[in-house]
Amino acid sequence: MSTAIEFNNISKLYRLGLVSTGTFAHDLKRWWTINVRGKEDPYLKIGEANDRATKGESDYVWALKDINFKVEQGDVVGIIGKNGAGKSTLLKILSKVTAPTTGVIKAKGRIGSLLEVGTGFHGEMTGRENIYLNGAILGMSKPEITKKLDEIIDFSGCERYIDTPVKRYSSGMMVRLGFAVAAHLDPEILVVDEVLAVGDAEFQKKAIGKMQDVSRGEGRTVLFVSHNMNSIRALCYHGILLEKGSITAAGEVADVVETYLKDYRDTTHRVQTVITSSMRDHNRSLKVKFLSIEHEKGNDLYASDENIILDIIVEAEKAVEQCRINCTIRTPDGLSLCNNSSSSFFNISFGEKKRLRYTLKNPGLTIGNYNLSFSVGIGNMESGETNFDVVTNAVTLEIDKPRKDANNYYLKWDTHSWGYILMQNTLEELPL
Amino acid sequence: MSEENWTTVIKPKNKLLEINIKELWDYRDLIALFIKRNIVTQYKQTVLGPLWFIVQPAMSVIMYMIVFGGIAGIPTDGVAQPLFYLAGTCLWQYFSDCLSRTSNTFVDNAGIFGKVYFPRLAVPVANVVSNLLRFGIQLGLFLVVYAVYALFGDPGAHFTWYALLFPVLVLMLAGLALGFGILFSSMTTKYRDLQVLFSFGVSLWMYATPIVYPLTIAKSKFWHGISVHKLMCFNPVTPIIETFKYGFLGCGEFIGWRWLVYSFVFMVVLLALGIVVFNKVQRSFMDTV
Repeated sequence: MSTAIEFNNISKLYRLGLVSTGTFAHDLKRWWTINVRGKEDPYLKIGEANDRATKGESDYVWALKDINFKVEQGDVVGIIGKNGAGKSTLLKILSKVTAPTTGVIKAKGRIGSLLEVGTGFHGEMTGRENIYLNGAILGMSKPEITKKLDEIIDFSGCERYIDTPVKRYSSGMMVRLGFAVAAHLDPEILVVDEVLAVGDAEFQKKAIGKMQDVSRGEGRTVLFVSHNMNSIRALCYHGILLEKGSITAAGEVADVVETYLKDYRDTTHRVQTVITSSMRDHNRSLKVKFLSIEHEKGNDLYASDENIILDIIVEAEKAVEQCRINCTIRTPDGLSLCNNSSSSFFNISFGEKKRLRYTLKNPGLTIGNYNLSFSVGIGNMESGETNFDVVTNAVTLEIDKPRKDANNYYLKWDTHSWGYILMQNTLEELPL
Repeated sequence: MSEENWTTVIKPKNKLLEINIKELWDYRDLIALFIKRNIVTQYKQTVLGPLWFIVQPAMSVIMYMIVFGGIAGIPTDGVAQPLFYLAGTCLWQYFSDCLSRTSNTFVDNAGIFGKVYFPRLAVPVANVVSNLLRFGIQLGLFLVVYAVYALFGDPGAHFTWYALLFPVLVLMLAGLALGFGILFSSMTTKYRDLQVLFSFGVSLWMYATPIVYPLTIAKSKFWHGISVHKLMCFNPVTPIIETFKYGFLGCGEFIGWRWLVYSFVFMVVLLALGIVVFNKVQRSFMDTV
């Protein structure tokens, strides 16, 4: 196999802050130093590593710094990293939207980039006209589009509306049409930025299938950015982990994803949700109210068999005895999966604040995202319940692997036929 | 691996004169579609539709007749007023439309430009071409009015052989508008100061061009010892307008090949400069727009 893309020392410097007279002074100084005195750009030296969270000394940051890697022909490479790690900047440079500050990228073949679906759609034009326009923007010629027109319309599933102006389309249809055009682009190298995150489940499946065909069947090279580790694992052979503008890991996709997640697990920042009045269900007397809820372990990634430990701070406006906490777990679509009331009670006096540790033991949820809602109140099934405070979807967490000690993953858990609960079990042989 | 195998090389800076006209040609389908988009979407959901192309110059002409012909009493070289004003306003309208459309290229298209690469020059080129439709319709109006005058009255005008220069004149006008427009849009991506200047600059420019008055009235006028006539000829649009009027209306006198060549050379140099600057800016404008 030969190299399809080669990145040599790619760096990108960005200036932060506003464009004003101050920038103009910098531009003058830069122009003076480079063109008149014949020296290097003075601002290249003072660039800092791109750390979003800390306050920097300089107005200039390196969004990317000395990126070097090669991509083999026919490979599918997933680029992962936190927000602001430089993933999108890398793709933008590769798609020629912006130029690198230093370095050279060499590639073999046409590069088709898909940083957004439906780029350049005009609301007043019909679906058919927009297919031509969008296709041409993405680099297809008119005969090429005409040849694939039926296929594109069919793939989009918008045949009925194809001669209607796209401003009448639902946002989902717009995305479908946009992806349909992009999916029929035939570049040797395809650059894709999280476009799969849109559209309904059926369409996502179709889109992933199409991407797989493109890479496996037709031997094209694909660079793919996503935050969804499941689609990265399902689609890519190799992975590249970006952190603060530099490559920190590269190799087999499973290893890189594991490095990324491990790093994420080990971070010590605590995910604390401060309860605000907008999260509350207001029709209650706030005799006891939630102040904050936080993951004891410090992040929101769990294995299916891992206890979910939550530290909850409550405050009382009246003295209450025999209080309990209740938790409901729902899918992002709002389907309630299970509910749980604390098995022990607490007493609280007027004006008192309490920190409670609430442990959901071995919940057995399958890989996916979940929302947790909480209530605090008194009573039980027999005597009737009174809730003092109810907060909906206060905590979001992600289950990312089936067992705490596991390194293998389900490529795809089919929730439609298998449900959401991964039951724990034992299997043993007994004497007859 | 040998170097020749690479088909795409992305570098920080292009050479100053590395202009890819071939690339623009490869994207001719896109230019055609942009032209179609501009034309099709311009008057969607209006009742009068393309009739607005005619209403605009008609209103302007009526206004000019009242203000410049009536109140100020500026002569029109013996040509019927509607014809004289219509000729000037058609050309000027095309020039200023092209100029204002192309001068916002980067700012208006930041959304598309930020997501996908194609030769950025395709957008201003398409704008200049699609404006030709409107120009054509307005020119049609001019000819209809001309014909009506010729049949039922005295237009005070006649064609001269210089009318054959018409295609060259349109090319020059388009080239000037494109050149100024892309130069402007390149200069306004980072610092928007010039945009403020632009909005009133174009309307002032019209008065520096013989649109609402004939150039002949500047003939023997002096401003601080400088011939106003000569001063106005340095405006590269003036020779184009004057030649058009002389060709189609036969009014005044031919401005002279010297000025026409000056204007043409001005256009070529400006366009080349504009393309060079535009090309340089397009590579990193996303970071500053």
